[in-house]
Amino acid sequence: MTTVPPTQDAVPAADAPRVAHSLFAPDKRTASRNAQESRFRAYGLVAIVIALLMLVWLLFSIFSAGLPAFRQTFIEIPVQLEAAVLDKAGNGNPVEMASVTTIGYGKLIGRALTAELEAKGIDIGEMTPKDLVGMVSENAAADLRDMVLADPKLLGTTVQFKALAHGRIDGYFKGRVTMETAARDNMTSPEKLMLADKMVAAGLMEMRFNAGFLTMPDASDKRPEAAGLGVAIIGSLYMMVVVLCLALPIGVAASVYLEEFAPKNRWTDLIEVNIANLAAVPSIVYGILGLSFFINFAELPRSAPIVGGLVLTLMTLPRIIIPTRAALKAVPPSIRDAALGVGASKLQTVTHHVLPLAMPGVLTGTIIGLAQALGETAPLLLIGMVAFVRDFPGAPMSGLFDPASALPVQIYNWTQRGDPGFVERASGAIIVLLVFLIVMNTAAIILRRRYERRW
Amino acid sequence: MSLGLLFLTVLALAAIGYAVGRRRAMASAGGDMRKLHSLPTFYGWITALGVLVPVLAVSLVWLFAEGFVIHNSAITHIDMAEVTEDSSVNLMMADVTRLAGGLSVLEAAGTDIEAMKLDIEALKTALGDAGVAMGNDPTPGMISAAEAVRTTGKWSRIGLNVASLVLALAGMAWGLRRITPEFRARNATEKVSLGLLIFASLIAVATTVGIVLSLLANTVHFFSIYPGSTFFFSPTWDPKFGGGSTLGILPLVWGTLYVSVISLIVAVPIGLFSAIYLAEYASRRVRGIVKPLIEVLAGIPTIVYGLFALITVGPLLRDWIALPMGFGNSSSTVMTAGLVMGIMIIPFVSSLSDDIINAVPQSLRDGSLGLGATPSETIRQVVIPAALPGIVGAVLLAASRAIGETMIVVLGAGAAAKLSLNPFEAMTTVTVKIVSQLTGDTEFSSPETLVAFALGLTLFTFTLCLNVLALVIVRKYREQYE
Repeated sequence: MTTVPPTQDAVPAADAPRVAHSLFAPDKRTASRNAQESRFRAYGLVAIVIALLMLVWLLFSIFSAGLPAFRQTFIEIPVQLEAAVLDKAGNGNPVEMASVTTIGYGKLIGRALTAELEAKGIDIGEMTPKDLVGMVSENAAADLRDMVLADPKLLGTTVQFKALAHGRIDGYFKGRVTMETAARDNMTSPEKLMLADKMVAAGLMEMRFNAGFLTMPDASDKRPEAAGLGVAIIGSLYMMVVVLCLALPIGVAASVYLEEFAPKNRWTDLIEVNIANLAAVPSIVYGILGLSFFINFAELPRSAPIVGGLVLTLMTLPRIIIPTRAALKAVPPSIRDAALGVGASKLQTVTHHVLPLAMPGVLTGTIIGLAQALGETAPLLLIGMVAFVRDFPGAPMSGLFDPASALPVQIYNWTQRGDPGFVERASGAIIVLLVFLIVMNTAAIILRRRYERRW
Repeated sequence: MSLGLLFLTVLALAAIGYAVGRRRAMASAGGDMRKLHSLPTFYGWITALGVLVPVLAVSLVWLFAEGFVIHNSAITHIDMAEVTEDSSVNLMMADVTRLAGGLSVLEAAGTDIEAMKLDIEALKTALGDAGVAMGNDPTPGMISAAEAVRTTGKWSRIGLNVASLVLALAGMAWGLRRITPEFRARNATEKVSLGLLIFASLIAVATTVGIVLSLLANTVHFFSIYPGSTFFFSPTWDPKFGGGSTLGILPLVWGTLYVSVISLIVAVPIGLFSAIYLAEYASRRVRGIVKPLIEVLAGIPTIVYGLFALITVGPLLRDWIALPMGFGNSSSTVMTAGLVMGIMIIPFVSSLSDDIINAVPQSLRDGSLGLGATPSETIRQVVIPAALPGIVGAVLLAASRAIGETMIVVLGAGAAAKLSLNPFEAMTTVTVKIVSQLTGDTEFSSPETLVAFALGLTLFTFTLCLNVLALVIVRKYREQYE
């Protein structure tokens, strides 16, 4: 409290006339103290509002950049699969047909597009079929090729083919590409964008939900429109399974020992301090451990979900042990006394009574630990999960040793690409990641609300 | 048998052991449970554990040893004269491993690999078609090494399968033989279980030991080939792949501290004031809504903050502050990273401070209010001074978070190592350089790679000290009022 110098009305002189004081009219000092009080309160409010605004800003920025990734421009045209072009030997043998590369299929798409535009009466100006092929994604020809090789009976027929539009055309409808930028861009041109407008009017091109974003593998640098999260989601899923299978039993066992069995001595104290510190070790240090121990020393393969899972397990362990111990501690001693009193052994007391009662807390802690592991990026960068992986990993267990990507690393990977279309992809992937996290955390909250007991 | 199948088989054997053990115990007591020392399930459990524990222990050790054995059997086939200037034994071994994988793929596809091994050109094209990328062309030495890798690997797996199954069956037989009504199955089971519990809690210790050992060993290696004085005192960071790099840690430490200080300047006032408001002024309802919302900030993965810095905050600061005021034209700056990191650590400051303010005894507040102080005067002159040690601990923990944070600075702060005062310039941190020196195919022999371990050790020591200090302070403080 600040000391106030004595003022006239605080120490009235003997002969001065008494000043009438009303309790309803606060004096100067009270007014200033009250003002200070409301200022202080306002600081607190402002701080909270700023923190919440930051949250809203962050989410708004990610969602506005990422939501377009779930919608994609498609071109739907009938393509005649000419047997003379695709099957030179004429015997429908897929092995021999594989000699026709995507370039051959690209030409077919170009021809089909020209024919369709003519049929709809759309003027293509001076554009050649080759230019027209530039309207569709480079991935479209590969998709068509896969389709034909998978089912050679399609040869000679005309199929309704849904091709991804080129990333720049797609970007035009999403406002990323304008006529001015297209004029300076060698991957597209204003003519193509104008043609795209006409195709939309004719119903040949439209935007629709892009399921491929969740199922397709990553695509190369020039094809943001074809990049998907398929491999990353599988990789993350495998890692989470590894973490769950290892961290939950080991974490619970360690907590049970430390909380129920361990004598209180210097060793257990050391283990305790050690666990508290492990929870605060920067995640990148776990990446260094994974690189030098699992990859260099134990010679496990790089980029494999098993290594990622092991590193994340070590990182998650202390984050499971701490809430588990809290949950065990919250079970009242009377339960233990009762069980021991009727002749149960210590282990029986724990497994039959204490652990089941602590289970909601344990599971809540585990889910939150898993959610943190799911979003972790830095350690995975060091163990080589940044590699470009297009092949889906196999089924477990051997699939755990195949190269794969992971959601957060895929996001990082996309931010490092040149094409601006990948920013949209990265933000879209974050939305997917956040949805997973929200689901996990909601599950944890429901578990806690519904099953947690207060003693 | 694949690893998964082997694991399932052993699990099945354990289940059988459980069932048979139980039944045998009952039979040995003539169907009268009262004659047994323990409940029949314990006889089952001890048999199942006898199957599982030795097999798991042996196969874990086996799998780790396998790598060494394969490596050693292959390395004898490599002609040391073939190891050229610009490659090394380790790179060569990586190629051998890939070659071995490629040969297996070709064999699975039905190619005659015996003929292929004599014709290196054909082998190269076949490997290329199979999608196996090699760093160097295969040489006869590498091919025989790859063959050694394949045969040793194959025999090792066969050996593992046989050893596991034999051990499992032996464990079961041994367990079953011991079953008599007098056998103290419960005590035995509990002893084994307790051993497993202790083993689980030692994993945490092993992790720390592993971290320290892997950092220390490689750091010692680094300082044996690179002068320590340059590392600690040189003001330049300039790694070159050809060698002759200058690897001074000073600019990295400067960048790290600069970013962390900015983030604390953002986070401490916001976090502290929100904590005070939530603990002292807010109604239960407001608190119940706002506190979890602020904690959401801590649950968002750091890669999300990184992208936020990259696509939103960075360009915003550049276009509205740095460019008009002439501070620079980069969007990846210390300011960007610091600001975004500040947002991230708000909840670390606010949550812990909130708990600590709540732990200040109500009697202190009552006394101050009773003397006529306003609530804000009480907070500033009674509550905060009483809670100060705890708050300092919270801030230290937040600082350790900021120093060890990686993704925000990788995406937001840039990669140029500079010693500069201008916060609108790109600078880099210790964590960024660890990532950039260790990402990709790495070779653990050049100082450019090994320096990452020295950086890691620096980071680890620094954050460890901060954490321990913070923990000690918070613990002391808690004791004071309990």
